[in-house]
Amino acid sequence: MSAAIAAHDAGADVLLVDRSLIGRGGATVMAQMTVAAAVGEETPDDWRHHYADTLKAGRGLCDEKLSRLLCESAPAAIRQMDAWHVGWARHSDGRMRQAEAPGHDRPRCVYVDFLNTGPAISRTLRAQVQRRPAIKRIGDLCIVDLAVHDGIVCGAAGFSVSDGRSVTIAAHAVIVATGGLTRAYARNSASANMGGDGYALALRAGAELIDMEFVQFFPIGHLAPRLVGMDPIMWDPFRYKLGGRLLNADGHEFIGDYHAAEEGRYRAPRDIATYSILKEVAAGRGSPSGGVYLSFTHVPESRLREAFGPVIDRLTANGIDLTRQAVEVSPIAHYHMGGVRVMPDMQTCVPHLFAAGEAVGGANGANRLSGNAISEALVFGRVAGLAAAKCAQANRAQDWRDEAAETVLALIAGRTPMAGNSAALLARLQGVMANHAGPIRNRAGLQSALTELEALKAALGSVAPPPQPGFDTVRLDWFDLRNMLLVAETVITAALAREESRGAHQREDFPLTDPEWAANQMIRLGPDGLAIEPGPRVGEATRSVAE
Amino acid sequence: MSAIATLVIRRGAPGQEPAWSRFEVAYQPGQSVLDALRRIRIEHDPTLAFRYSCINANACKECMMLVDGKTTYACTARLEPREMRLEPLPNKPHIRDLVTEIAPPDERLP
Repeated sequence: MSAAIAAHDAGADVLLVDRSLIGRGGATVMAQMTVAAAVGEETPDDWRHHYADTLKAGRGLCDEKLSRLLCESAPAAIRQMDAWHVGWARHSDGRMRQAEAPGHDRPRCVYVDFLNTGPAISRTLRAQVQRRPAIKRIGDLCIVDLAVHDGIVCGAAGFSVSDGRSVTIAAHAVIVATGGLTRAYARNSASANMGGDGYALALRAGAELIDMEFVQFFPIGHLAPRLVGMDPIMWDPFRYKLGGRLLNADGHEFIGDYHAAEEGRYRAPRDIATYSILKEVAAGRGSPSGGVYLSFTHVPESRLREAFGPVIDRLTANGIDLTRQAVEVSPIAHYHMGGVRVMPDMQTCVPHLFAAGEAVGGANGANRLSGNAISEALVFGRVAGLAAAKCAQANRAQDWRDEAAETVLALIAGRTPMAGNSAALLARLQGVMANHAGPIRNRAGLQSALTELEALKAALGSVAPPPQPGFDTVRLDWFDLRNMLLVAETVITAALAREESRGAHQREDFPLTDPEWAANQMIRLGPDGLAIEPGPRVGEATRSVAE
Repeated sequence: MSAIATLVIRRGAPGQEPAWSRFEVAYQPGQSVLDALRRIRIEHDPTLAFRYSCINANACKECMMLVDGKTTYACTARLEPREMRLEPLPNKPHIRDLVTEIAPPDERLP
């Protein structure tokens, strides 16, 4: 939506297409937490401090140009959202409230109370989109492939989810803003439309993906007791405001055994917290449901209520009294650091194809800081929108070519009904990824995952089921699986190749970080399948000067 | 003996004779009706159609339906170890099974 607004305001005719309903799915609406930006209202700040923290959290792999763009432009994006009345939480003197999140050197993260940051941002962007009637919006439209002619993107083809019709779209520029791939994992905090569609579309159109091995697990996803109607990632804002203690089965606050002790504050970055929790569980010191405990029992009820008001009532309705009991938490797939490789104007290596938001890889390296995802969505969306508008204006003479969509239209037409249970196949893929391509990996597991993927590909087949009228869930699963299997393979291939441990990628068989591996890996789809290529060491010149 | 939740679900598309499917799922406390629907697709019938996006954050507001005659979100309706009756929203154009057309008119394919 951020890209659509920017492209429209730059004079482009914009069509905003979503496989789900417009502005309902995706990751932004799910973000209960915060947005990082050096607006300096809580304490003095400068984008350079945010940039330094982002590079440090990225464990040496950030694309420094993208990280810089993210940090330098985030304050303007926050103020723009403020002008559009998003409702950032404020102090009584009018300054925005900023929370200190792990990995940031000072309070930098703005938010909307209570646990309402993402929905407020989605609603605000949606209102802005609606105020621009020239932005056409079509929901329930599943894009199957981009239309490519002579190596240049000229549109896309897909089908209507609600009635099954095939659709082609001619476009002078295309922006992929489909979010990440976390639905590929059994326990995830994703929307149903986050199976990595955009990565698969870009890959098949000839674009490069970068850093696909780095999947961020959110360390303290809710595990037990079961909650109805509450997001599993809700505990992060609790920790920002109230600290909280992470305890193992012996009641020991274990983070200090792996990282600087938290001492009542929320300090451990996501990669380290995830690793520590999984190691505690593996050592037999986990909670009954297979996680660890998160406790706020030392926090007085009045403070809980002041910080989270109505949320405390929703917890009570679920039978949880934080003053008396700890909850169980464990890591949950949350975000993808990798993605489509772009230049700082969000242009991919395929002419007229752009990416934006989480679909872009590289800005966060091997581990993302809390709060950078929405900043990235707003900033990269705007840049992509402006660049794509310029591209479209420069290419007005380019015509739609029917032959660019022939193959994809034949695929969409389908022929053979699904033999097995499509939903069960999808669940099997999620199990394979969770078991073998989670935060802690090894060669044997990754190789068995590749074997499993081959079996799943064979079960899916290469011919889609024919369209049935009316919200055909099996057909949707088929096309989702086609993308998810390809994207899962890029994650596993990159994870196998990286024989070291770094950030969100921890290899049991290569437990140390190897300075020689301070390099990104790029993946393309060639005639013989996926081809992986190691890039040069990241920012070598700048670092040697700094040292 | 473990408890069972039985979901009786209105099936079919407009113009078809209304049909009902019964599915039994193992009941676990703290599950939502949406959790049960997702399990039914994996364990019994992948053709069962219902809308959802965010699973359990109650952020997307897509899973609204009638549960025992009352309009509610499937993700906030608690699964119970008894017979529960699910129907599509009565005041929206019906598409199939539990899915209705809830997108604003200007966000649909012409």
